[in-house]
Amino acid sequence: MSSRGIRDRVAIIGMGCTRFGEHWDKSTDDLLIDATSEAVASAGVRLDDIDAFWLGTQGSGFSGLTLSRPLKLPYKPVTRVENMCATGSEAFRNACYAVAAGAYDMAMAIGVEKLKDSGFSGLSGATPPSDGTGGFGDITPPAMFSLLAPAYCKKYHVESEKMKEVLTRIAWKNHANGAKNPRAQFRKAVAKETICNSPLVAGPLGIFDCSGVSDGSAAAIIVRAEDAHRYAQKPLYVKALSFVAGPASGLIDPDYDYTTFPEVAAAARDAYTQAGVRNPRAELAMAEVHDCFTPTELVLMEDLGFSERGAAWREALAGAFDLHGDLPVNPDGGLKAFGHPIGASGLRMLFECWLQLRGEAPAERTIDTVAAGKKLGLTHNLGGGPGECVSFVSVVGSEPSA
Amino acid sequence: MGGLIAYAAYIPYNRLKRGEIAAVLQAGGGRGTRSVASYDENTTSMGVEAARMALRGLPGALSMPQRIYFATAAPAYLDKTNAATIQAALDMSDAVLAVDMAGAVRSGVGALLAAQDAAVPTMAVLSDVRFGLPGGADERDGGDGAAAFVFGGNTAAPVIAEVIAHASTTAEFLDRWRLPSDPTSRVWEERFGEHVYGPLAVAAFGSALQQSGLTPERVDHLIVTGVHARAARQFTATCGVSAKAVADDFSATLGNTGTAHAGIMLADLLDRAAPDRIIAMVVLADGASVLILRTTKAVAEHRGNTPVAAQIVAGNDGLSYATFLSWRGLLDREPPRRPDPQPPSAPPAYRREDWKFAFVASRCEACGTRHLPPDRVCVRCHAVDQMTRERLADVPATIATFTVDRLAYTPSPPLIAAVIDFDGGGRFRCQLTDVNPAEVAIGGRVEMTFRKVVTADGIHNYFWKARPIRQAAAPGGGLT
Repeated sequence: MSSRGIRDRVAIIGMGCTRFGEHWDKSTDDLLIDATSEAVASAGVRLDDIDAFWLGTQGSGFSGLTLSRPLKLPYKPVTRVENMCATGSEAFRNACYAVAAGAYDMAMAIGVEKLKDSGFSGLSGATPPSDGTGGFGDITPPAMFSLLAPAYCKKYHVESEKMKEVLTRIAWKNHANGAKNPRAQFRKAVAKETICNSPLVAGPLGIFDCSGVSDGSAAAIIVRAEDAHRYAQKPLYVKALSFVAGPASGLIDPDYDYTTFPEVAAAARDAYTQAGVRNPRAELAMAEVHDCFTPTELVLMEDLGFSERGAAWREALAGAFDLHGDLPVNPDGGLKAFGHPIGASGLRMLFECWLQLRGEAPAERTIDTVAAGKKLGLTHNLGGGPGECVSFVSVVGSEPSA
Repeated sequence: MGGLIAYAAYIPYNRLKRGEIAAVLQAGGGRGTRSVASYDENTTSMGVEAARMALRGLPGALSMPQRIYFATAAPAYLDKTNAATIQAALDMSDAVLAVDMAGAVRSGVGALLAAQDAAVPTMAVLSDVRFGLPGGADERDGGDGAAAFVFGGNTAAPVIAEVIAHASTTAEFLDRWRLPSDPTSRVWEERFGEHVYGPLAVAAFGSALQQSGLTPERVDHLIVTGVHARAARQFTATCGVSAKAVADDFSATLGNTGTAHAGIMLADLLDRAAPDRIIAMVVLADGASVLILRTTKAVAEHRGNTPVAAQIVAGNDGLSYATFLSWRGLLDREPPRRPDPQPPSAPPAYRREDWKFAFVASRCEACGTRHLPPDRVCVRCHAVDQMTRERLADVPATIATFTVDRLAYTPSPPLIAAVIDFDGGGRFRCQLTDVNPAEVAIGGRVEMTFRKVVTADGIHNYFWKARPIRQAAAPGGGLT
């Protein structure tokens, strides 16, 4: 098996990202048009210049027509992509490959989700007709991810009260970051007492441990790296793209202990190899990770190699992943505060890398690591839950490697 | 004409204290408790539980029932055979004849007699859920439960009790009745029924005793039950059988479980009766049916391993009246803001019958790994199509981890989901039932139970859940 990667062969020359949240007055079409328009303006190109499109949406539309119809695209290739919560990242990955392969000069990856039209709490995807014996129908995502917390406590001898403090701090940090982000769904800092005492949803998780259900769209325009400077003074280079789908063995294997996502660890290893990253904690300027629920972010710090096994809870409490910590995680507020319109989230993460690594983030949420000379950012998604998931990891950078 | 070779009763876990009714309605109620089928149980699922326990008592494959007669006054489906669900859940051969005797309480004793009459090993499954409007006598005095009896036909299986005589009388009169479209029964004035049942009972009892050459004094244990409590009491007092021989009718603990009740009372006697004892069973329902049974020496070695008395003691009487009403569909509670539950689809349920109904997993022949649900490709060694079927319905498991899901749709929130590891290998994620969230713990021992997970779009979604293994010591002791 080989995974060669396409390090520095393509670059992002423009991005767009709508505000995430409850867009009662905007449709899926509106969100797609808004994100596309911003991306095109950001790159200084015309929509006509784009040769091919990859559209990620988990359930807000079917086929390429979901994009070509509202944009009135004239007979262009549009691929609709779905890969659970990694959908937006998957659209980006495939658009990058098409450009790297030389099939197209310029491609757009765009993700969109309109979750708030359903009227339900949480996610409510349609499932195929089944025998009624289980699957995602019976338990909800917060319940699946809530299994991580007691398992982590047991393995690493963390008191459950201490774990509540750790999870609360993760939510508090991401809300604090989101409060500084005008595009985020939740733009208020939230007191730790409020987070800690919020009504329980599943296991130890309260509503403030859950990411925001929201509407939104984000888009990126990709060209070959050697062409990037024709369009952008400061392009963002793609260093690594990795994606894995797990064998779903965690659900049936008694050895799986709910303290890790093996899929994430595998995707991270591949991405670091592609990007030539040896010490992610030291080399990355920032990371945008899939904090769908607070225990997920905790475990991801270890699966992505930012912390030793069993050590992330202490580092999270010590502020290592805060906006001004040594490795800022989710400086834009993350899924927690920025919101999680499924198909758009992966591209939203890249949007924060686009702003931060190129020095365009607003002053109040500018991270210190870029000024200190770090040039790489990581984005990560996972779809599914503990035991069976898909995972995506990218590394992007503001400069081509020497 | 076969003798009885195995039996069991299933008493659901929940009890309603009758005082709870009075506390809420300021009227009605009474003393003691009634048994209550949980929100995820119906007559079919309780019948499966009773039948599973009865089949565990069978001496061998030759005595496996070739017929199932399923009797209930509260069938989960009409048109469709509920006994077919029981046959599937028991992983029985498709050569089994499974039929319903549904609608009337009297079907219970009819199924017993039909099973006893059969030349091939035959199982009678008796099950009922007794429904009544709030504050009424049926709500208070009814109970829910099931019982199963296997008769050996012409096989040589050891008989634990033989039916030595049977007599019935039948009469057409309005005492208790219900239209198919109505949830609740109607009854005529009580004294009218008592007047009609009296002579019918006397005639059947006299005939049965005469056939068996016995006198009332020879009866060691007397079961009297039926749809008319006052007539049953009247007959008990005047039939000539010693008051010491009268069996507990469980009115204080379970209530009258209708179609199942004579079966549950008989199962309790078989749990405790000495060999060579005479049991008379009198069922008053649209006439009278009397069975005279004699226990054999084998009864001592072939008793059920989950006695009725132990199940009664293990019950949970903490059920609130509001929860009881919501389980009965009499109190609609605000559902979570979640999509409506989806019904199972017929073709996948048919393709996966072994898994969905019989809880048959698979084991890889190449590396021994167990797979729940059954898979074609081994998760460990990736061998393809080298699987052996392995039924895990009777294999205990241990809770590896669990969570309380307060958002998920369930007819009785919150949903408790557990990851369980089976003895001998295999992991599965499923719902826990018959459990208080506060008593769930990692390492807790559980067993599988067949349940109706939800009813959606007119389809009952049957599947297996786990429940805590509760070991209660049986109170009292054997009968003389």
